[in-house]
Amino acid sequence: MELELQLAVEQLHARYAHALDADRLEEWPEFFTEKGRYRIATAENEERGLPLPVLYAEGRAMLRDRVASLRHANIYEPQRYRHLVSGVLIEKDSDRLVRSTANFLVIRIMQDGATLLFASGRYLDRITLPEMLYEERVVVCDSRRFDTLLAIPL
Amino acid sequence: MLEKSWPAEGVTRVPYWVYQDEEIYREEQAKIFRGATWSYLCLEAELPEPKSFVTTFVGDMPVVVTRDPKGALHAWENRCAHRGALVCMQPRGSAERFTCIYHNWTYDHAGNLTSVAFRRGIAGKGGMPADARPESQAPKQLRVESIHGLVFGTLSNEVASLETYIGPEILPRLKRVLVKPLKVLGSYTQVLPNNWKLYMDNVKDTYHASLLHLFFTRFRINRLTQKGGVFVSPDGAHHCTYTEMVEDRGDAYEKDGMRSAGSQEFRLEDPEVLDQVDELGDGVAIQILSLFPGFVLHQIRNSLAARQVVPKGIDRTELHWTLFGFADDDEAMTRRRILQANLVGPAGYISMEDGAATGFVQRGVAGSPERASVIEMGGSTIASGDSRITETAVRGLWKAWRHYMQV
Repeated sequence: MELELQLAVEQLHARYAHALDADRLEEWPEFFTEKGRYRIATAENEERGLPLPVLYAEGRAMLRDRVASLRHANIYEPQRYRHLVSGVLIEKDSDRLVRSTANFLVIRIMQDGATLLFASGRYLDRITLPEMLYEERVVVCDSRRFDTLLAIPL
Repeated sequence: MLEKSWPAEGVTRVPYWVYQDEEIYREEQAKIFRGATWSYLCLEAELPEPKSFVTTFVGDMPVVVTRDPKGALHAWENRCAHRGALVCMQPRGSAERFTCIYHNWTYDHAGNLTSVAFRRGIAGKGGMPADARPESQAPKQLRVESIHGLVFGTLSNEVASLETYIGPEILPRLKRVLVKPLKVLGSYTQVLPNNWKLYMDNVKDTYHASLLHLFFTRFRINRLTQKGGVFVSPDGAHHCTYTEMVEDRGDAYEKDGMRSAGSQEFRLEDPEVLDQVDELGDGVAIQILSLFPGFVLHQIRNSLAARQVVPKGIDRTELHWTLFGFADDDEAMTRRRILQANLVGPAGYISMEDGAATGFVQRGVAGSPERASVIEMGGSTIASGDSRITETAVRGLWKAWRHYMQV
């Protein structure tokens, strides 16, 4: 039972990462519940108890707005990410909710081939059962530094 | 060696060697950052209690800012008198005294060397001669002034008081935002792949805002057709631009067929991210203010922030963002500021492009140190005005830069 859930959570994280890495940004909001929250934070602000996000969206409408802006308003040099997600720990909270903590590494590849270790950190997730959607995904970056800009979500 | 002479046109031309030259970079550190200017250090709110400290920079120079046991602010070079090591390694905290880890030399909150380990040796052996004067190499101490919660420092004894330095054109625009005690919401760093002046030049460029940052125009939120204006100090060093809170109904962008023209297709599904309360009571939607050499204060709707520009070499700059609110913010206001944090920073809807654009300049000019940029929007003068389709504040930056650099 626990093993099946572990596998299901890992597959959710993997599908999420592949969607972003393959530039299927329009699918990104669909990984969240209708009111799902997505927040990119830094470990430093979290440790200081400070609420500042690097990016924050509450609900699929805001997530879709972010995608619409990336597609039609924001200008940035063509780039891709490669997500590596590992060390997935789960804790079943109830029949309706499982919590997950996972490590991530995001490598950014620019169009000229320049490759950078762009971000590392932890995903802290609340995932609804049986739908397997993120009710909350907090991306805690290890570093307070961001190179040039953060356009594509982590 | 390139002859570093300024083009005959004056401030309407900026030669590209200013962004590329190691010698210029070193001279800027001495003549500007360690010269007769005031540099932003931190917020007073980051030093809430006696004995608290933060570390920061003035140009390349590492600096410790402290509040002493009696509550007074100090700033001093983060360099041990002995061998030059960093005295303070933590970014912030509280300390009774500051001890260099290398050989345990110790400093008080004002940066005075208070003890040298084994100065007299042990049992009559070793130690320093009686006439040694290690204090002669003590960390430099800065003059410190704070203004409505912003702390500035300078190594110069000649530069005027901070308020006089900022001057009567810009000072009221600074005070307009800092009306109450501040509360830090958080901070992060954006690393820009370009010379520090390209970022300052971008901040002062009121012309680019709605052409590069399409978010507001695409979603028909804010355009140059809105009422606003720009203030520039007479020496060109400081600037402030603002836009009033009137929603645009015009079609100037559509008529010109601009890339940033709006479209009926584009509407935010959840515009709560933009909900502004006129907390300062003057109907200003956006105000961007810069102080020479490397400080920016922004009010973008209800997002408030201090941006510190820290040069890290000719083609690398760190932008240290500290977002804040007021100490008496209620839950709704904090929520508003958190949602509007989406507008700014490395992932900001209206700021993410700046790092890319200035990086493009750094790369674009690589083969042309002898050529120059053309800065003639609004003519060749440096003056305040009510149009933002101007580069007047950019020319101001170069007037000030040339003054300090004697170029």
